[in-house]
Amino acid sequence: MSASSTPARRAQPLHAAGLAHHFEDLAQQHEAARLGMWAFLITEVMFFGGLFTGYAVYRNLYPAAFRLASHHLDVALGTTNTAVLIGSSLTMALAIREAQIGRWKPQIGYLIATMLLGATFLGIKSIEYHHKWVDHLMPGPGFDVSVFGAEGPHARIFYSFYFVMTGLHAFHMVVGLGLMAWITRRAARGDFTPGHHTALEMTGLYWHFVDLVWIFLFPLLYLIGRHG
Amino acid sequence: MSAHVVPLKTYFTIFGALMAGTALTVFVAFQDLGPMNTVVALTIAAIKALLVVLFFMHVKYSSRLTWVFAAAGFLWLVLMIGLTMADFDTRGMS
Repeated sequence: MSASSTPARRAQPLHAAGLAHHFEDLAQQHEAARLGMWAFLITEVMFFGGLFTGYAVYRNLYPAAFRLASHHLDVALGTTNTAVLIGSSLTMALAIREAQIGRWKPQIGYLIATMLLGATFLGIKSIEYHHKWVDHLMPGPGFDVSVFGAEGPHARIFYSFYFVMTGLHAFHMVVGLGLMAWITRRAARGDFTPGHHTALEMTGLYWHFVDLVWIFLFPLLYLIGRHG
Repeated sequence: MSAHVVPLKTYFTIFGALMAGTALTVFVAFQDLGPMNTVVALTIAAIKALLVVLFFMHVKYSSRLTWVFAAAGFLWLVLMIGLTMADFDTRGMS
């Protein structure tokens, strides 16, 4: 797996490169990693799920306020970011495919493209946050309830959900970019072969999961009652 | 190993479908469908999510146990949101 193989490992030349001694073979090791990653992703589903549940409860209680508040979000920027993130999922999937067929250069290229798209997403997100800051829509003492008339206090609840949910999502993106930097360095070192690229594939699972969360956040936050 | 190499065409088709789904969500959001607006938006999102899970996350080509894991996450999420909403909706709060 890593370069720091133990002396004991080196004394066992029968083991394939990157195989930990407690696994039968690479296939079993890979399956264990995949299941472990999915178990982690389930905890992530439940983590974000709690926020989605809270959102559902409050949107049900204050539908008019949520509609008004949602109309202050920028649909064009939100749509662009959705496209950017889907694009980054494509390049991530393609990077893994290149590793599977053992092509080194396009693999690095796709990984770098994935990072650039991820950074673009965060850049656009920060522009949106800045707009909300300027418009006094950050939850807290500076929140301008008068923007929404009588619905002001309830609109503030929407913005609390907006910032916590997109903020935690953005945090996951930052973590993802860190993982990508690490994985790109390993890819550049030639760590990933068609027979063994588990770390790359697990990072891909995480990246796609973050995309999944956004697929639900986008319509629920940006697109409430837009026809009104 | 993950011996299955997904054809390029599949990845680009899924990418196209996800982009089309995004455009459709935005388009539908500006039409007045009454209470169906949210239902349609969530249905499109669920289909997009399914495509990502099956193809980009390779679940379609993974072991049955991976299917069980992925489905378990979805099941518990549905239970959490479903039972919570059933509770709130029957209290006459809104």
